[in-house]
Amino acid sequence: MCGIIGVIDRARQRMDGTGIRAALSEMDERGSGEGAGYAVYGAFPDFRDYYAIHVFFDNLHETKPLVEEELSKWGVIEHDEAIPTYEQASLRKVHIPWRFFFRPDPHLMPRSITPEDDVVMHLVMKVNTTIPGALVFASGKNVAVFKASGWPDEVADFYRIQDYKGYLWMGHNRYPTNTPGWWGGAHPFNLLNWSVVHNGEITSYGTNRRYIESYGYQCTMYTDTEVVAYLFDLLVRRHGLSLETAVKAFAPPFWDEIDRMPEREKEIFRAIRLAYGSALMNGPFAIVVANDESMVGFTDRIKLRPLVYGVKGNRLYISSEEAAIRTMEPDVEEITMPKAGEPIIGRYVA
Amino acid sequence: MTIGSVPLRYKISVDHDQCMLCGRCVENCPYGVFRTERDRIHINSRVCVACHRCIAMCPRDAISLAERPVDYRSHPLWTPQVRESIYNQARTGKIILSGMGNAQDYPVIFDRLVLDACQVTNPSIDPLREPMELRTYIGKKPSVLEFGRENGETVLETRLSPNLMLETPIMIGHMSYGAISLHAQQSLARAVKKVGTYMGTGEGGLHESLYPCQDRMIVQVASGRFGVDIDYLERGAAIEIKIGQGAKPGIGGHLPGEKVCADVSCTRMIPMGSDAISPAPHHDIYSIEDLKQLVRSLKEATEWKKPVFVKIAAVHNSAAIAAGIARSGADAVVVDGFRGGTGAAPRVFRDHVGIPIEAAVASVDAKLRTQGIRNEVSVIASGGIRESADVAKIIALGADAVYIGTAALVAMGCRVCGTCYRGLCPWGIATQRPDLVARLDPDVASVNVENLIHAWTLELSELMGAAGINSIESLRGNRDRLRGYLLDEGIMKVLDVKPVGA
Repeated sequence: MCGIIGVIDRARQRMDGTGIRAALSEMDERGSGEGAGYAVYGAFPDFRDYYAIHVFFDNLHETKPLVEEELSKWGVIEHDEAIPTYEQASLRKVHIPWRFFFRPDPHLMPRSITPEDDVVMHLVMKVNTTIPGALVFASGKNVAVFKASGWPDEVADFYRIQDYKGYLWMGHNRYPTNTPGWWGGAHPFNLLNWSVVHNGEITSYGTNRRYIESYGYQCTMYTDTEVVAYLFDLLVRRHGLSLETAVKAFAPPFWDEIDRMPEREKEIFRAIRLAYGSALMNGPFAIVVANDESMVGFTDRIKLRPLVYGVKGNRLYISSEEAAIRTMEPDVEEITMPKAGEPIIGRYVA
Repeated sequence: MTIGSVPLRYKISVDHDQCMLCGRCVENCPYGVFRTERDRIHINSRVCVACHRCIAMCPRDAISLAERPVDYRSHPLWTPQVRESIYNQARTGKIILSGMGNAQDYPVIFDRLVLDACQVTNPSIDPLREPMELRTYIGKKPSVLEFGRENGETVLETRLSPNLMLETPIMIGHMSYGAISLHAQQSLARAVKKVGTYMGTGEGGLHESLYPCQDRMIVQVASGRFGVDIDYLERGAAIEIKIGQGAKPGIGGHLPGEKVCADVSCTRMIPMGSDAISPAPHHDIYSIEDLKQLVRSLKEATEWKKPVFVKIAAVHNSAAIAAGIARSGADAVVVDGFRGGTGAAPRVFRDHVGIPIEAAVASVDAKLRTQGIRNEVSVIASGGIRESADVAKIIALGADAVYIGTAALVAMGCRVCGTCYRGLCPWGIATQRPDLVARLDPDVASVNVENLIHAWTLELSELMGAAGINSIESLRGNRDRLRGYLLDEGIMKVLDVKPVGA
């Protein structure tokens, strides 16, 4: 199950979290009250050039100094603060959410073409694999992530997401099977500026994980969702593919369709399937992924999970349920169900 | 003091009430077990090899066979096989020859691995209703793609290397004309052409009757270079350099002169009746850089149009060797496990040298990935693939495709008697004797082999569908969908699989 939603304002007009809270709660039928979360782009205008490294600490006196020490080796912590929380009747502060605004030193990754990103990625992997009691759950610039174990409205109120504004919001209502109650297991999943909300199960996880790990990523979240973020990071940021091409690698057309395409396209799709066969994501899923430039939604190649989108003005809405979109924007136009594997992409115009 | 005779290995008996004296057993047995005397079938069980030809041909089910009718004093260490080998070697002073694959009682890893299926949280996919893709490409694949713009359209700038396109990840391995009969090769060739896959020629040249199927043949270049000329290389769909073989790693091959009839002599390009001896190493390959030269020479000779495979026996260090091969410019590495079959091998090699294919593929795939060169080569697994589940499991461990050998022969009637080296195969498979070869009808046998590959392909689709996977590339290296059942911790670490229940 799980319910997902994403909205992007292509003109970068900021929205507060009230709308998405209501929309996500509309899909409670798809969740179990054991995990919900939100991501918002444009949340930290004052720190827009710093990586907002979000950490769940089990305690502050023991693990926080270790994380600070690790960060200080690779750059400068400009500012850090406890993420404000407001305990709810049924949602206690199991972990202590913290955020660091961090500027990495690019000279420390001399061989990289994206040294700052690579420093941060290295830090995320390092902290998550070597410091017990600390989990980096977000690491993008100007991106805030709020997640916990609870119903969407409880999690929203726990963090008071209505106090934040951004031009892209994503939300996830979780029905966990694997790691119920674990805050780290809630979505959105974030790495650098990639955020993912995901409904489904990736049956090719083992293949995708082996592939991604051979490029230095380490899967630490016990969930198939994180490979989606890593795969996007690899194909789009490191290999320089367009979003459309990356989605075509993840949910490619069937060979029967490729065989019928005109020569130029056939060559392209054949090459995509040959080169990126291990990146193909199989099994039932609907996914919404965001980065700095855009938001993209797509499903598996036979559409075993629902996905609809709607447009209103500059805003593109993608969700599991039409009802959720209508909750957020009653006057939404062009509600459409995309075909299996077809990417729905919203890009900023401003 | 003489050693005396060793006890019978098999005992044949005839139910004389059932027997109607038709004489089919007498005609069919090339080993001379049966003779008719005074209206009765007489039997010499000592020469029986358990090929089952008589049993299959008897219209009255009158013949029965018992293995080891004479007991030895039982002993867990000094088994009857061990004792008999000693008697034979004490008498002859020679190396013991054997056929087929490893006959030692090692645990079979395949049988300790179980596959996964979907329940509730994700739907299984019904291959009868949804597309199921088993198409497999064998060859070098780019790791990164580059695109450009031309007249406002996206174009691919990366040049792709030649790949073989298979409709199913099952190919037939290299069994030469000489080791098997022409009818057997013709049957296999027609079957692979029909199902859209490929087969190997073995090191025996390409007989002209196989030219119509040449686009489905992988021509082999082995240490004897038999049958190799530019015409041969150009006819094949791909070229395979054979370094070693799972049944006898580290040693060469020997086709006895009696099997080199006129036709075999022409195809192999050697004099009639002469022994065809393939040396243990290639005498122009004494190191990995020499292999690179041969790979490039073969590609240059065929204008870089054909993939070149390199086949090695699965040995302790095969992962590092495969990494070397991946850097040689080769397009695929074939790893042949220690259960691989053969026409003839010294028994000590067949049973004691090499490692199982499951462990070899797991370590080869892991090594290639760690070094970031997995896309440089395809990995073809062979040696002891007995059923579709083995295919699914080895692909989940990291192979791109498999070669089957023994299974294809069994589909044509082979009973795995392991006496191929005698050249008297009563099924017309591993023989060159014209009357025996005539027993194998390519019209029938090709359909049997085709049926087998088709049936396995269907089973593979069902297994994938049950696992919620609709494309073979999502099964490849997906060790998450395997669990080890009563495998020890060490081997599970090598295979990188979790135990059942975990």
